Amino acid sequence: MNAFQDPTLAAAARRLSASIRASGALMAEAGRTVRIMEVCGTHTMAIARSGLRHLLPENVILTSGPGCPVCVTGPGYIDVALTLAERDVTIVTFGDLLRVPGSRLNLAEARARGAKILVCYSPMEALQLAKSSPERQVLFLAIGFETTAAPIVAMLDQAVQAGIDNLSLLTAFKCVPPALTALIADPEIAIDAFLCPGHVSAIIGAEAYRFVAEAHHIPCVVAGFEPLDILLAIDGILTQLKNRVALVDNQYQRVVRPEGNRKIQSLMAHYLQPADVDWRGIGIIPQSGLALRPEYRAFDAEVRFSLTVQSGKIHPDCQCGEVLKGKITPPECRLFRHGCHPDHPIGPCMVSSEGTCAAYFHYEQAASDQQAGRIQQPEPIEPPARSRDDTHG
Amino acid sequence: MDDERRVLLAHGGGGRLSRELIDREIVTRFGCEALQGLPDAASLMLDSDSIRFTTDSFVVQPLFFPGGCIGDLAVHGTVNDLSVSGGQPKYLSLGMILEEGLLWSTLRRVLDAIRAAAQACGVSIVTGDTKVVRRGQCDGIYLNMAGIGVGLPEFALSAASIRPGDAVLVSGTLGDHGMAVLAAREQLFVESPLVSDTGPVHRLVAALTPWADRVRLMRDPTRGGIAASLHECALASGFQLEERALPFAKSAQVIAELLGISLLHSPCEGRIMAVVADEIAEAVLNAWRALPEGYGACRIGSATGPVGRVTLRTLIGGVTLLDMPHGELLPRIC
Amino acid sequence: MCLAIPMQVRTIQADGFGIVEIDGVQRLVGLTLLDDPQVGDYVIVHAGFAIEILKESDALERIALFREMAQLWEAEQGQSAGQEPPPA
Repeated sequence: MNAFQDPTLAAAARRLSASIRASGALMAEAGRTVRIMEVCGTHTMAIARSGLRHLLPENVILTSGPGCPVCVTGPGYIDVALTLAERDVTIVTFGDLLRVPGSRLNLAEARARGAKILVCYSPMEALQLAKSSPERQVLFLAIGFETTAAPIVAMLDQAVQAGIDNLSLLTAFKCVPPALTALIADPEIAIDAFLCPGHVSAIIGAEAYRFVAEAHHIPCVVAGFEPLDILLAIDGILTQLKNRVALVDNQYQRVVRPEGNRKIQSLMAHYLQPADVDWRGIGIIPQSGLALRPEYRAFDAEVRFSLTVQSGKIHPDCQCGEVLKGKITPPECRLFRHGCHPDHPIGPCMVSSEGTCAAYFHYEQAASDQQAGRIQQPEPIEPPARSRDDTHG
Repeated sequence: MDDERRVLLAHGGGGRLSRELIDREIVTRFGCEALQGLPDAASLMLDSDSIRFTTDSFVVQPLFFPGGCIGDLAVHGTVNDLSVSGGQPKYLSLGMILEEGLLWSTLRRVLDAIRAAAQACGVSIVTGDTKVVRRGQCDGIYLNMAGIGVGLPEFALSAASIRPGDAVLVSGTLGDHGMAVLAAREQLFVESPLVSDTGPVHRLVAALTPWADRVRLMRDPTRGGIAASLHECALASGFQLEERALPFAKSAQVIAELLGISLLHSPCEGRIMAVVADEIAEAVLNAWRALPEGYGACRIGSATGPVGRVTLRTLIGGVTLLDMPHGELLPRIC
Repeated sequence: MCLAIPMQVRTIQADGFGIVEIDGVQRLVGLTLLDDPQVGDYVIVHAGFAIEILKESDALERIALFREMAQLWEAEQGQSAGQEPPPA
C-alpha cells in the first residue's frame, strides 16, 4: 500500500501539473484567479511537505482553512486542564496539544513544574490508566474533528460498559460542515472550491458536502493525502470551474463512502450531541461542535469539577482568526516571525506543525526564495536544542 | 518481594560495598594497565600532538531496546563523536549514576555490553566513577562517557571548505534508532522488525582516508537526525536533498507515519554523514558499501552554495524547506 | 488533521481488538468502529482505532491510473521526460 510513493509515479505529477497549468492559463486569460481552500490540516501539511504549490500556476491559490483542531482551541481550554492538573488530576493528551499556549503556560511547561501530564497515541491509554490506578482522577483531553471523536467515543463506550468512575473528558470536538457554512457566509472570504478532508469524510461521508455544492454552487472534492491525490483533486476542481458546474466529487473512494461510516455516526450520536462552540479566531458557530449528552455528564470534566472553559487571553496583534479564515496569509500578520515563531508560538496556527503559520514558516520560505532568485544572508541558526531527548542517550 | 540482588546506596558510598562493586564488576571486565591500582586519574601516553576529546551522557529509556542497550549505545556514541571529528578513538571514561534498587543482573548486562562494544571498537576504559542515587531519582542507569582520540593527520575537516556541488553521503538508512526506541517505549507495537542502528563508525571513517583531503566534513546524525546535522552545516553552505534518494527502512517509515514524526528528525546512532567533493563520491560509496556497516550507503543530495538553507526536492518535483526539529519527538495524531 | 495509515488485519479478538500489520510492524488496534471487519482487510488506523475499511480494488485502480498518467507523460515528453521538473 506504499505504492503511492513509488518514484516512477512522479511523472504522473508532471502530467497533472501540466493539465492544471493549462486550465490555469485558460482562466488567467479570463482574468480569473482561483482560490481553493483545503479544510484539513493534514492536507495543508501534505501540500507543504511535497512542495506542491511549486507545481501550480500563479492564479491557482491554495488557502488553508480552519483545518486543525489544535488551531481552533482557545487558551481557556488549556487553562482548565492546568487548573485540574493543580488539583492533582492526571492529564492524558495527544502530543499535538502539548505546546498549545494557555493564558499563562502550556502543558509542556506545566509538566516541567510537576503537573502529571502523559502523552498518548490512543485514547485507550487513558482508560487503561484509569483502570489500573483507581485512586487517580484521569482527565482525557478530548479534542478533534469527527475523525478523532470516533476513537475517543469508542473508548468512552468501553469506560461506560466497565463502570469506570475516575475518568473524565474535557471535550472540544468540532465538526467540519458547520465551519464550511460559516466560511461561506463570511462576505470577506471568496472561495471558489473546497478540498474536503479525507479522513473526516470517512466518518461523515461525501454526501455531507452536498449542501455546499447545491445551495452555494461551490465545488467540493474529497481527496486523500498522497501528493498525487491532491493534484488530481485540484485538476478536478479546475475542470468543474471551467465547465461551470459545482459537484461533490469523491476522489477518495478507496476510503470514503457517500454515506460515511454509519456505525461510527450512531455511536457518536449516542454519546454526543451538537453544541454551540467557540472556534478560536472565528467565534461561536452555532451547533458546530459536539458535547456529551446529559446522560453522560458524569464523564464531563466541566461538570465533575465544576469548571467552565472561558475564552482566555490572546495577544492583541494575533491574527490567527484572519489566517484561519483564509483572509490573510501568515506573512501578512504583524507577529509572523516577529515574536511568533514555532519555538515561541503566540497563535495556535504557529503551534501545530501543520498549523498554517508553522507550515508557512517551515516549508514555504525555501520555495519563495528560490522562485524569487534571492540570495540571502543566512539567518543566524541556533545550535540544536539541548533539551533532553532520551532516544539518544 | 523478590530476593534478586539489587544495587544499594552503599554501593556508591566509597566504602566496602563500593570497593566490592569495582573489584568484581569493573576491574574484572575492564582491567587494563591504566586501571591498575585504581589511581584517581589514568596516566596515558599518546603518540600525537593532535588530540580529540569529547563527552556525552546517556539516559535512554528503555535501557534495552531492539538492537542494543544503553551500554553499547554509550560506547558507540562516544567513539562516533571522536571518529567523525577525524580522530582515532583510544580511551574512554565510564561514569555511572545508578538508581538504588537496580537489579544487579541488569547492571551486569549493561557492563557486558560496554565491554563487548569497547573491544569491538579497539578502545580501553581507563577511568570511571560510580554514584548511586535514591530510588526514583534516576531511571535505572545513567551513563556519562568521555573519550580521547588522536587526530588522523590526513583529515582537515571544516564546514568552510564545503563547495557548491559537493556530495552529501550517508552510510545507511536514516532514523532507525529513534523509531526503534520510540516503538519499544510507547508499547504501541506488538511486533516490529525494526532494530536500532547503534554501532561504531570508526571503520567507515578509516575507509575515507585515501580521499581524506577531499572530505569536507563528517557528522554522526544523532539527536535531531539528519535535518539537525545539515542545519549545523548550513551556516557554511546550503544543501539540497533529493527525496527519492533518501534511504529509509520500510518499518521505520511505517512507525514514523503512525507516530506523525519525520524520519529526517529521528536520530541515528551508527550512521555517518559526510560532505565530500563530487568527484570522489562514487569511490567513497563503494568503499563504504564494502563494509557491513556501510552496505546501505548512498548519496542523498548536494551542497548548493552559501544560502544557509536546507531544501528537499520532493518526489513530485516540488521544493520544500527541511525544518529544524523542535527537540522533543512527540507522537501526534494530526 | 487526522494522520491515518492503511494496515492489514491479521487477527480479530473477541474483545473487539485485533492485530493489524504493515511491513512487519504490528499493532493492536480497536476494530469496533468497523462493520464486519475480516482478516486480510486493509483498514485505516487513526489514534489506535480502525475507522474505515480500505477498498483495495479502488486503491489498485487509482495506482493504475497514476501509472498510466506517468507513462503517458513520458511518452509525450519523449527523451526529455524523467529529468527535471517543470520550471516553477
